[in-house]
Amino acid sequence: MAYRTHCLVCAGTGCVSSKSYELGIALENELVKRGLAQEVQIVRTGCQGFCAEGPVTIVQPDGILYCHVTVQDVPFLVEEHFLKGRPVKKLLYKTPAEKALVPALKDVPFFSKQKLVVLRNRGLIDPEKIDDYIAADGYMALPKALTEMTPEQIISEIKRSGLRGRGGGGFPAGVKWETCRHAGQHRGIEPVVICNADEGDPGAFMDRSIIECDPFAVVEGMTIAARAIGTTQGFVYVRQEYPLARHRLLKALEQAREYGLLGKNILDTGMDFDIEIVQGAGAFVCGESTALMASLEGKVGEPRAKYIHTVEYGYMDRPSNLNNVETFANVPLIISRGAMWFSSMGTGDVSENPWNGSSGTKVFSLSGTVNNTGLIEVPMGITLREIIFDIGGGIPKNRKFKAVQTGGPSGGFLPESCLNLPVDFDSLAEAGTMMGSGGMVVADDHACMVDAARYFIEFLTEESCGKCVPCREGLRSCAEVLSRITQGKGRPEDVALLEEVAQVMKDCCLCALGTSAPDPVLTTIRYFKDEYDAHIEKHVCPAGACKDLIEYAIDAAKCDGCHACVNACSVGALTGEVKKLHSLNKATCIKCGACIEVCKRDAITTLPRSYAA
Amino acid sequence: MPRMTIEDLKKIREQAVRTMTVRAGEARARVIMHMGTCGIAAGAREVMGALLKEVEDLKLTDVIVTTSSCAGLCSREPMATVQLAGQTPVKYVDLTPEKIVQVLKQHVLGGKIATEFALASGSETTG
Repeated sequence: MAYRTHCLVCAGTGCVSSKSYELGIALENELVKRGLAQEVQIVRTGCQGFCAEGPVTIVQPDGILYCHVTVQDVPFLVEEHFLKGRPVKKLLYKTPAEKALVPALKDVPFFSKQKLVVLRNRGLIDPEKIDDYIAADGYMALPKALTEMTPEQIISEIKRSGLRGRGGGGFPAGVKWETCRHAGQHRGIEPVVICNADEGDPGAFMDRSIIECDPFAVVEGMTIAARAIGTTQGFVYVRQEYPLARHRLLKALEQAREYGLLGKNILDTGMDFDIEIVQGAGAFVCGESTALMASLEGKVGEPRAKYIHTVEYGYMDRPSNLNNVETFANVPLIISRGAMWFSSMGTGDVSENPWNGSSGTKVFSLSGTVNNTGLIEVPMGITLREIIFDIGGGIPKNRKFKAVQTGGPSGGFLPESCLNLPVDFDSLAEAGTMMGSGGMVVADDHACMVDAARYFIEFLTEESCGKCVPCREGLRSCAEVLSRITQGKGRPEDVALLEEVAQVMKDCCLCALGTSAPDPVLTTIRYFKDEYDAHIEKHVCPAGACKDLIEYAIDAAKCDGCHACVNACSVGALTGEVKKLHSLNKATCIKCGACIEVCKRDAITTLPRSYAA
Repeated sequence: MPRMTIEDLKKIREQAVRTMTVRAGEARARVIMHMGTCGIAAGAREVMGALLKEVEDLKLTDVIVTTSSCAGLCSREPMATVQLAGQTPVKYVDLTPEKIVQVLKQHVLGGKIATEFALASGSETTG
């Protein structure tokens, strides 16, 4: 008998770590106990995107969203909701702003402003069952591409859709496919299709989630690309740190092979194609196309200059078409629904030239100081304000928005004045940052922009492969200058020096990681120059974040002597009797922030410290 | 598992339409069984079982069966509410497995309210 109710338990990495597997098993056991196992189905889905509220569970057809469900809640939940049909109030999602109960999925702003294309199957299908994917209109595009379209027609459809590379570069996918096909024909060498799943940006997990919630779409997209380009061989380069994504991808490949959707003579059309998974060791630079291909060949993952493009001479000197996970995941729907449908979303008119706009949607991982952290998909052209305040639910603890970094660690920071900017490839580039692969980190007014730039430059210094001098030495000197500014030892000429080094890097670095690396520095100078000046001229950190420029103090009016800070302090800098005003020893305090976190009355403040020259 | 042909893919899709309708929460008709303690005691589980079986046997893909709590009129349980998209919901009372099948055929499929079992149409006033 078909199930009357489907309980969709999120099994993305975020929810798995908050025990969603255990939850699923407990639900199944309870349903058996209650005699409901034939009526209610537990489905483990890919990431549903609302990671902050995990483990997340959706009950359909009722459209009820439950958050933070634990194993202990299961007996009550099953009796009340699945047997008696009464949604359990205490487990319903509450909006951070009003703490009001919001039961229906369509009424949660986090979901209602999103437009799901790539993530359309998230929370809907079991990512480990190919039948689920087929039922949700999966593998509709491949038969069409194999029997009704020539490779040239597929390429032209992708070009007219305006699909641009989702890995960050924004290069039109159709143009890339066409060049690769021509290179293969011209040189008489079989090309190769590669999927870049080496996502290494801190705080970014778009590609991981796409693979975890719908691995089949990536496989189908790659198969269509293989037909267009004319190849029988494909690779997915996925980092070792993504075990669940790799597991699901392996299962997807296995099932597709069993169904004859991969391998020899696909769907009896005579086409051969198979995909191999290659594990990366987690080097940031291996997300760069030439470094990735070097690593695929078994060499050290270092980029090379690209005056010869990889679409002509790439992996093993073969014409190589490399696209990102999200790009491939878009392909099946473009083929089955048509280029016009895809280009109706987004900005610009791409019907003649894919460079003329940004069509479709984009997946972002929203993190940092924002209420609803998680994974979102929005139409291109949506404003930053809508993403951060409507979908993201604004800034926690009534603090003020300060900046948002887009595009990963080498992306730029944009201030409040840029919040109405439409999010598309060209607008972001104009503002000094980039789309990147879709990381979005929000900072509130407690974050220091100089310190933020220092943090990301230090990350990039460690991840720089060191092959070219401008990147290796440029980053090192930027890091040195930035740390001395955050210590209050900045020199008057430092900002000009940073700008000069940044320009050299932009002009001379071998790969895009190097040329974009100075963006955090350049954008913070462009939009937050006053903070640099305050650090350098007055030795003050206006945000109260740079440890060397502040000291902690107890606000006597607020401290109620609850003793929480004394227990939290690991160096014994805080003392005091319960219910009496506490005191802080500035000499031993290491400014770790542990006391600020536990103080419920905001009684511990940071004061600017005059610079002891 | 066998190798797929293009026809096989279509078959899988057709068979799963109902599953996907339920998961997406959208359908032409929705039958809500009132499953309060009173309803269950009066036999609502059996009524729903019969309804689910009939929906299955008739291969209905656009009808959702779901549960809700006590409708308040415990003396007339088991009760069900039939909601056709874009129409006023109708409440049925004193249901039995036979009666619910008739309601399904006459109201959900035929579009005519099964007046002999119907209590009233419309929703209660809230606010």
